[in-house]
Amino acid sequence: MKNKKIKAKIAGIEVNVKEGTTILEAAKTVHIGIPTLCKHADLPPTAGCGICVVKIKGSPKMLRACCTPLENGMDIITQDPELVEVRRTILELILSNHPNDCLKCGRNNNCELQTLAGDFGIREDSFEKLLRNLPEDKSTKTIELIPQKCILCGRCTNVCQQIQDVWALSFLERGFYTRISATGDIELAESPCIKCGQCSAHCPTGAIFEYDETQKVWDALMDPDRFCVVQIAPAVRVGIGEEFGYPPGTNLTHKLYAMLKRIGFRGVFDTSFAADVTIMEEATEFKRKFEKDKKNLPLITSCCPAWVDFMEKYYPDMIEHFSSCKSPHQILGVLSKTYYAEKNGIDPSKIFMVSIMPCTSKKYEITRSSEMSSSGYPDIDVVLTTRELGRMIKQADIRFKHLPGEDPDNILGEYTGAGVIFGTTGGVMEAALRTAYKMITGEKLKDLEIKKVRGLKGIKEATLDIKGTKVKAAIAHGMGNVGTVLEKIREAKKAKKETPYHFIEVMACPGGCVGGGGQPYGVNNELRQKRAAGLYSDDRGHKVRCSHDNPYVKELYKKFLGKPLSEKAEKLLHNKYKKRPVYKR
Amino acid sequence: MHKSLKKIDEIRHCRKQDSLKETIIVGMNSCGIAAGAREVYNILEEEIKKGGLDIVLKKSGCLGACYAEPLVEVLAEGMPGIVYCNIDKSNASKIISRHFRSGEILQNNVYSFSEGLSPKKNRRKFIFIKDTDCSSSDKEDEYTELFLQEIIKTESSSMVHAAKTEVISLYNKGIAVKIWPDNIVYAGIKKTDIPRILKKTVEGTQIDSLIHKAGTEKYPQIVMRNCGRVNPEDIEDYIGRGGYTALEKVAGGMTGEEIIKELKVSGIRGRGGGGYPTWQKWQFARDAQGKTKYIICNADEGDPGAYMDRSVLEGDPHSILEGMILAGAATGATKGFVYIRAEYPLAIKRVYRAIEQAEKYGILGKKIFGTHLNFDVEVRLGAGAFVCGEETALIASIEGERGTPRPRPPYPSVKGLWNNPTVINNVETLANIPEIIARGGKWFSSFGTKNSKGTKVFALTGKVRNSGLVEVPMGITLKEIVFNLGGGLGSGKKIKAVQTGGPSGGVIPVKHLDTPVDYDSLHKLGSIMGSGGMIVMDEDDCMVDVSKFYLRFCVDESCGKCVPCRIGGFQLLDILSRITHGKGNDDDIEKIKRISHTLIKASLCGLGQTAPNPVISTLNYFKEEYIEHINKKKCRSGVCHELLDYSIDQNPCRKCDLCARTCPVGAISGNRDEGYKIDPVKCIKCGECFEVCKFGAVIKK
Repeated sequence: MKNKKIKAKIAGIEVNVKEGTTILEAAKTVHIGIPTLCKHADLPPTAGCGICVVKIKGSPKMLRACCTPLENGMDIITQDPELVEVRRTILELILSNHPNDCLKCGRNNNCELQTLAGDFGIREDSFEKLLRNLPEDKSTKTIELIPQKCILCGRCTNVCQQIQDVWALSFLERGFYTRISATGDIELAESPCIKCGQCSAHCPTGAIFEYDETQKVWDALMDPDRFCVVQIAPAVRVGIGEEFGYPPGTNLTHKLYAMLKRIGFRGVFDTSFAADVTIMEEATEFKRKFEKDKKNLPLITSCCPAWVDFMEKYYPDMIEHFSSCKSPHQILGVLSKTYYAEKNGIDPSKIFMVSIMPCTSKKYEITRSSEMSSSGYPDIDVVLTTRELGRMIKQADIRFKHLPGEDPDNILGEYTGAGVIFGTTGGVMEAALRTAYKMITGEKLKDLEIKKVRGLKGIKEATLDIKGTKVKAAIAHGMGNVGTVLEKIREAKKAKKETPYHFIEVMACPGGCVGGGGQPYGVNNELRQKRAAGLYSDDRGHKVRCSHDNPYVKELYKKFLGKPLSEKAEKLLHNKYKKRPVYKR
Repeated sequence: MHKSLKKIDEIRHCRKQDSLKETIIVGMNSCGIAAGAREVYNILEEEIKKGGLDIVLKKSGCLGACYAEPLVEVLAEGMPGIVYCNIDKSNASKIISRHFRSGEILQNNVYSFSEGLSPKKNRRKFIFIKDTDCSSSDKEDEYTELFLQEIIKTESSSMVHAAKTEVISLYNKGIAVKIWPDNIVYAGIKKTDIPRILKKTVEGTQIDSLIHKAGTEKYPQIVMRNCGRVNPEDIEDYIGRGGYTALEKVAGGMTGEEIIKELKVSGIRGRGGGGYPTWQKWQFARDAQGKTKYIICNADEGDPGAYMDRSVLEGDPHSILEGMILAGAATGATKGFVYIRAEYPLAIKRVYRAIEQAEKYGILGKKIFGTHLNFDVEVRLGAGAFVCGEETALIASIEGERGTPRPRPPYPSVKGLWNNPTVINNVETLANIPEIIARGGKWFSSFGTKNSKGTKVFALTGKVRNSGLVEVPMGITLKEIVFNLGGGLGSGKKIKAVQTGGPSGGVIPVKHLDTPVDYDSLHKLGSIMGSGGMIVMDEDDCMVDVSKFYLRFCVDESCGKCVPCRIGGFQLLDILSRITHGKGNDDDIEKIKRISHTLIKASLCGLGQTAPNPVISTLNYFKEEYIEHINKKKCRSGVCHELLDYSIDQNPCRKCDLCARTCPVGAISGNRDEGYKIDPVKCIKCGECFEVCKFGAVIKK
């Protein structure tokens, strides 16, 4: 029953697919295109738009290719004048309810609706323009909700509810007046929203868009009083290329350093360096609990601000298990304004730190508590997403292709293979285990590549033998998968049983940061895999593949911090968590 | 024999005895209660108590004649059984004083009559009179008066009595009279026939030449078999009238396959609108794999003007429960949901009550009648969204999700509620099932046409004289429904069209009134059976406005999920609104056709796919009205008020000045000597002058 094959024809071409395959998926196997709009590869079909209608030969009815399973013997017509006419009418109906301000829209040149309108040769408003004046929601300062541009495809609600299990977004009202809003018609900042930005990464139009702060960065760069420095997160280097025609997963690290210097940054750092520092701190935390305080395990990673926000709202009982480490970019930020400033004799108040992140939630993170300014200055001044950086580069009009690679600025630039795999799901765990093993056993882990923690499975489990003790690790990505893991912990605690896991890594976005809410559009699992592969190959290319072997990290501890979890390290690199209400009202 | 079956036998025996007693039944559905039935009930209760009378007083559901509510059925010894209409607090007590005490009939209030308790013990004979012609001027009052005068003249009032009746089961046969208890029917009688009819009646003989031989139009009542007859709040009443007989058959060994086979033989198709063969739905669910299977009764009736389902739920809730249990027995489902809209409080109350009683009598729950059959029913309330009547949206609603449709396939019978096989049947479909199983599929298939078996209940409204519910066999013509059951048009104007199928249906112009009412014939005319709304329209109804009305309903009720319906419907409505406001453009008809085509072809669910039907069908049959609205800016029916021109006809005008004083914009000028006229430029067409003029001098056209 399970392996039943379906034999049918699509546009005259024979297809053989598994039972349950939709017409759209089946058409892809034989490279037949069917226009779509609301359908996204990550999400189940919502059947919202109707653009993908097709016909069965001999029947006047139209079916939606996105959600109709192919059946034996079907002879699918994907193109005929009537289908084109109906698709065009649907498109024109959508446009009659969508503002004509493409030129001023964030998605100009990058909008799925605009592309379709171009393909269908729409040249006029065939129907009365029926726009609704709906208030915009910019309350989170991370993503903007512009309901007027929304075509109600349902991708954002689907990703927010089904994939992320956050339920911050929902449809309100009915019929023509249906609109997208924070659930309960409140502001997004008051809602359960964790700012992961998956909605913005999945939105086909400009209805949900990152809070653009590129101008702030240009202004700082133009200010002679400012000493502008920048850091790039691991996932950015394998994502940015997509904005410029490079194949997904292309690693542009050194070209990016060169680019950022051209744009005008006086210090170009790498978040991966701080990832190595994070590992030193987190692995020490783990070692301490593992050796002396086992009942307080698991240790749960805290690099992902969307996850931190989610935990503070939904799982405050897990606070005690949380690593107190700040996320790597915060660590790099605080080090730039202390350690780096000190070494280079720069007034920390002049330093303007820009983080280039694959993430929208990082925009929220930099002000989430006073500890984010633990040096007396904000760790980070502005966060830009990969997409925003893409636009800055386009404005500067410097071409990657002809740009020679350059090195980052030390003492905050050199990273190890462990630091760079932070950008993908399983990467933090792998990096931490490499160092924890060394810290606990004093020996080097034989096979550094822990394959079990890699890949796109929603929940991954791995066991590592450390000194005869089996360390049980769990990795969850995509917020919707986290509950399953944490409920197991809760159950074990309730039953006063041994914890099922010792170490848990969580990343809010599916695939981890490579699939982050601030990454280039069009994400799907194929892309996530390619981006992750770019990071793993960076790791393999490094001679130094363990954080504790990073010479600059060693120097940092020797000359500045002392040792992991020292008083100074605690003050600058760590933070606390608190229970937050799911709804602020 | 299982103890619960034994109990049912006892109840039936007991009820048979009761049915011989003198009884008064008050119709107390929502319609009856709204018309004052509760007061009537209280008065009757009081009177019976006061007089120490041995009369059984019951409440029941609705007989369907909503226009004549409250209805009270009276069964007294030696009298015909009478259903009285328009009973209120002024005449309720007369039922006791006149009908019971004096053996007289309240002659202006007879709705229908029946054989009664014991016709042989009659005290006198009764002549019932009805004008069965389709013409609008009824002569039954005149004839009744003539009969009464003749009775006085011949001093035969102790022998015979006469009264007009609303229902006589004859159609278009002139003045008809029926004599009780002799069961003689005369049709097409003339005034001159009256003395001899009276004479022969008193003698106990008949006039052969006047006798109506062709038989009478008796409409089988299957769905509404118990409505207005059983007390919906008393399970024993239902059992007493043969309820749960079908379930007993299952207890007696009838298998699921056999149940489905009977349904197949019966040919019943879904009454909710789609017309899908019911047996097939059940068969799919029976064959589908699933640990738990569900039966859902779709009681989310929402078409404007339609209330068949409410009436059945309120009047005979146990028939629905029995239908659901049978569906469970046939498919292997053990759990049922009744999804009722919260606007039906009385229906909800009665269904809850029915469930409670059925559980108490061992008819719901575990091991029903000692068999392996388990079945529970729960009620789920809908918030009143029309789209939740669409089966996948209904499922989403029960699951606690936003009530929006889901793609099909998979169909609910395979993957429905919580991804389990689920049968969704509408109220009327389920109400038919117990009768089909009890009396056999073959019996059911004897009613109706080749492809449309059984009966259909329609909610007959609009310009028709007798609005209410009618249950008719499939295949009867629209004309017969409108003119016989509906009593023709009450407006005195010419009929223009009949709209069937509610907002998803279409209009059928007068030239097609001889069309038999069945699934296929209506479909051919661009309409549908739908759930059974039927609205009669006359010359005063503007077809553009009618299509706008229905479309607005669908636009308001669109869930907003898919583009064709959400935006297409709204655009369509926008165009129709413009046209009715005199702002139509030359290309509007083309646009209407284009958007409608997209809605029909590309909408996800039935709501969008059928929403343009009223538009398309009016455009099809009444295109000239659209063109008049667009090109000449005229509405021939005088409905689209912005297209009207008001003027003053100087002949009837008495120059009273009232219109000029009333006009809010000073568009009427003139004086008492020279008369008045309306400035068409200033006039805002509010119609105030037309309303106030006592002499009909203000003309609108």
